[in-house]
Order: sequence, then C-alpha cells, then structure tokens
Amino acid sequence: MTDKPMVSAQAVCKNFGALEVLKGVTLEVQPREVLCMVGPSGSGKSTFLRCINHLEQVNAGRLYVDGVLVGYAERGGKLHELQPREAAKQRRDIGMVFQHFNLFPHMTALENVIEAPIRVKKRHKDEVVESARKLLDRVGLADKEKTYPAQLSGGQQQRVAIARALAMDPKLMLFDEPTSALDPELVGEVLDVMRQLAFDGMTMIVVTHEMGFAREVADQMVFMDGGLVVESGPPREVLANPQRERTKAFLSKVL
Amino acid sequence: MTSVKKPPVEPAQAEAIAAVPLRHPWRWIGAAIVLLLAGLFVYGAATNGNYHWDTYRAYLFDRRISTAAWNTLQLTFWAMVIGVTLGVVLAVMRLSPNPVLRSAAWMYLWIFRGTPVYVQLVFWGLFTSLYPHLAFGIPFVHQFAHLNIQTLNAAFFFASLGLGLNEAAYMAEIVRAGITSVPEGQTEAATALGMSWSLTMRRIVLPQAMRVIIPPTGNEVISMLKTTSLVVAVPYTLDLYTTQREIAGVLYRPVPLLLVASTWYLAITSILMIGQHYLERYFARGSSRHLTARQLRELAKAQAQAQGGAGAR
Repeated sequence: MTDKPMVSAQAVCKNFGALEVLKGVTLEVQPREVLCMVGPSGSGKSTFLRCINHLEQVNAGRLYVDGVLVGYAERGGKLHELQPREAAKQRRDIGMVFQHFNLFPHMTALENVIEAPIRVKKRHKDEVVESARKLLDRVGLADKEKTYPAQLSGGQQQRVAIARALAMDPKLMLFDEPTSALDPELVGEVLDVMRQLAFDGMTMIVVTHEMGFAREVADQMVFMDGGLVVESGPPREVLANPQRERTKAFLSKVL
Repeated sequence: MTSVKKPPVEPAQAEAIAAVPLRHPWRWIGAAIVLLLAGLFVYGAATNGNYHWDTYRAYLFDRRISTAAWNTLQLTFWAMVIGVTLGVVLAVMRLSPNPVLRSAAWMYLWIFRGTPVYVQLVFWGLFTSLYPHLAFGIPFVHQFAHLNIQTLNAAFFFASLGLGLNEAAYMAEIVRAGITSVPEGQTEAATALGMSWSLTMRRIVLPQAMRVIIPPTGNEVISMLKTTSLVVAVPYTLDLYTTQREIAGVLYRPVPLLLVASTWYLAITSILMIGQHYLERYFARGSSRHLTARQLRELAKAQAQAQGGAGAR
C-alpha cells in the first residue's frame, strides 16, 4: 500500500552490560499489519518491543518508527541521545499494553483512560471523557467507568489498559504478552478486543504464546530465539511447516 | 429469551442462617479488670492532694496557656510545612538520575540527621551573631540589598526554620521509602503513555506513595508537636511547654501545670489523629478489592433493578 513501513528494524542490538539480549534483529512491519512474535522466554521478544518505544535504548543498528529514528537524533553524521522531552514525544504515538496491565490503581477505569490525553496532549477534558467512554464501550466495559482496577477481573483490567493506550490515538500498538497473566477463561475476552482492533486496521506488534490467535489474526509471524529472528513468514506457513530445527522443537512443545 | 427451550434456572430458596454467635467470656472478664484498675488509679489521683487539682482547674483555660498552645500549633504547622516540602524535594533529589542532586541531598541528610536538633536550634539562635548583616547581590561585585537581621525579632522564624530543616531530613527518608514502594510497572506505563518524569512523579508515583508516607508522617507531626518544647534553645519562650514552666516556677507547683500542658498536647494530638484518619482514607482509594459501602449500595440497586426488569418481562 505504502512504501514507508511503520516499523523498520535494521540489525538492532541491545545488551545489558556483557549480556547480549538482541543480537541483530531485522524486520519490517507495514501500516495496518499485525506482527506476532513468538519464541521461548529470554529470547528477546519483550526487549525488542521495549526498544520500539524507547523504554530501552538500542546499542547498535537502527530502529525506525514511521520513518523516524527511535531514541536518537541524527545530526552531522553523528547520533545524539534525545532530550527526555523529545523521547516522551516519540512515545505518545505508540500504545503499549503490558503483561501485568500496570493500570494506575489510585484512579478509576475512566480516570486511567483520560489521564494521558488530558495531561500529555493537553486536550479538553469534556471531549476526552466523551471519547474515553466510547473506548470503554468498545472494550465492553461501559458500566465499569467508576470502578477501581483492584475491583476488576484480570481480563477487565487488561481491556481497560487497552482502552488507555488507544486513548492517545496511537499509530502503532505494542502488546507484551497481554494474556499471559490471565485465567484461561479470561483470555478470550482480551483476544476478542485485539482481534477487533486488528480488523479495524490498527498496526500491531504482539508478543504472545497464543498460537491460535497468531494463526488467525497475524499477517506476519516471527520466531525469535537467542536474540535473533530465526524464522519469519505468514503464520500458517511458520506454524504448519517450520523450516528450522529450533522452530520445530519450540512449536512441538507449545502446539 | 422466550425462544430458549430450557427452563430458566431458578435460584434455590434457602433459609438464611441464624447461628448462635461465638461467646467471648474472657474478653468481658479482661475488660472488667482493666476498668477496675483504671478506676482505682483515677480515684487515687483525684483524692491525692499533691496533684493540686484546684490549680489545674484554674490554669487549664488560662489565657497565657491557650495562647501558648496556639503558638505551639503554629510552630508545628510551619515546621512541618518546611519539613514536608523540603523532604519531598530531597527524596526526589536522592532518587534522581543526576549525580549532583543525589550527592547534595545525601550531604544534607548526613548533616541534619547527624547532629542533635537541640544543637541545631541553638545554632539558629546564634545565627544573628554569626551573620549580623545579610546582603543580597552578586558576591564580591555588587550588593543591592542589605538587611541587619539583629534588629528583627526573629525567634519564632528561627524556631520554625530550625525544626523544619531538621524535620526535612527525616521526611526525605519517609518520602523516599514511599516512592520506592510504588512498583516499577507504574513508571513504565506512565512513560509509555508519553508522560514526562515530573508528570509521572506528580500524578502517578507520589499519589500512590502517599499511602506509605502518611502513617509515619502522622507520627512525625505528633512528634513535632512535642519537639517544639525544645525551641527554648533558640530561645523562643512563648510555646506551651516553656510557658507552663514559667507559670509553674512562679507558683512553685510543677505537677498541675505539667498536667495542664499534657491535657493540651493530648487534645491537639487527638484532633491531628482524626485528620490523619481521613487523609489515609482518601489516599487508600482503589487500594482494596473491597467495595465501599456506597459502591455496594449502588451494585445492590443495579441488581434489584435487573431482577425487577427480568420479572416484568
């Protein structure tokens, strides 16, 4: 559709001290595309996700979101670390959903959703509340706007977290194992919301262990191991006909 | 609904349980013993002439005493305002990524926690002798304002400042404990939403830290109320403790005046504790799975409406 990818990673490396977590990840995500990342724990999936919105700083390689270099400014052939203000500005357009929801416990569901649009984007409160109510309705929680997170089930909390991220009108949504902390019967309600989001054309990168969801929703699937992309392609192909031994071994355990 | 073949599940009607409550005879016996002992002590104190209850009654609402209590309350208030404000600043500095701020805060804590508050108060009392003139301007170049602070009656100011600066060092550690008690995921979520560090602190971290900060701060306020009795070191002499001591000195009766002062301290502390209770309740919002009485009422109402609606259909 367009020649500019939403996310473009070129040999992205990340290390924590001597520990190399990402050893050169290269991939592209086109607008309106859903990418599912799978792989064993410790393979660097979450770290890669966190690099995309600069929660972690990339050590080598280049990472672009919507054509803009993440975390650095390139001036005169040199990379300069970003001012915190500029980094915060980059993050505004990228929504993130965490494994443990990380809702603000001292705020009601509605307050969680309206906080950032009002404080960060300085939008008018009435208008934000109106769109927040629509978002809560969209994730099926219209009746829970006055409820505090501790009084919601895990699945409900995660749906509020999705609404909170959507309230910033992101052009890209990152999901870091969004259903891993949920009871099995609550996983479905969160996946339903994500499925609808993908159907509405949101660009999404999803780190997940839900192979069924990946097969059904993802346009592209990436299998990561040891900080590298081992295999990638359309999910049906990767899942049904893995080429690499490592992928086969992993899939035989989770499928 | 009507097209469903299966009959709707009717909730089985069961009788509400009316159990015999558990008896606690030893609690009653214990309470009786405690009440008896307390009664004996009160009787003993009331009939003991050495307490001079007539003097107690005469001075409990003495003008000098109530004014002194008001002064003590003001001292406590200003010292805590300085202490809490500076304490928050110091705590944030100690947790800041900036090494200059971190070391400066550490130095402050080292000095103000490491020396007795009494000594600090004496020092603030001598401040005017150490620095009789204050000049504002650019050092060695130009001064545009001179202040001869020896001419100021600054005992109250220095007493509040001395207590407040000392308190800040302790408050800093309380606030720091509160901030570090907030899970990292909160900061991460806020950062991911594009919030700046200061906004994250103000809106996300500090409100949650308050739950941890308030109980020990209540302690500090109550402790400060009584620490004000040290301001005679400055010397500031219009506080409750010093005032009652002066009156007692003239009357030669220390016990009843001490009881007068204690009554005032106790009364003020009680009021402060009520305030703390409401503060704690405010900042505990959302921290529990338990629904508040109002939320329960609303849910029950919604349930009744839903059942009523279903029954009518």
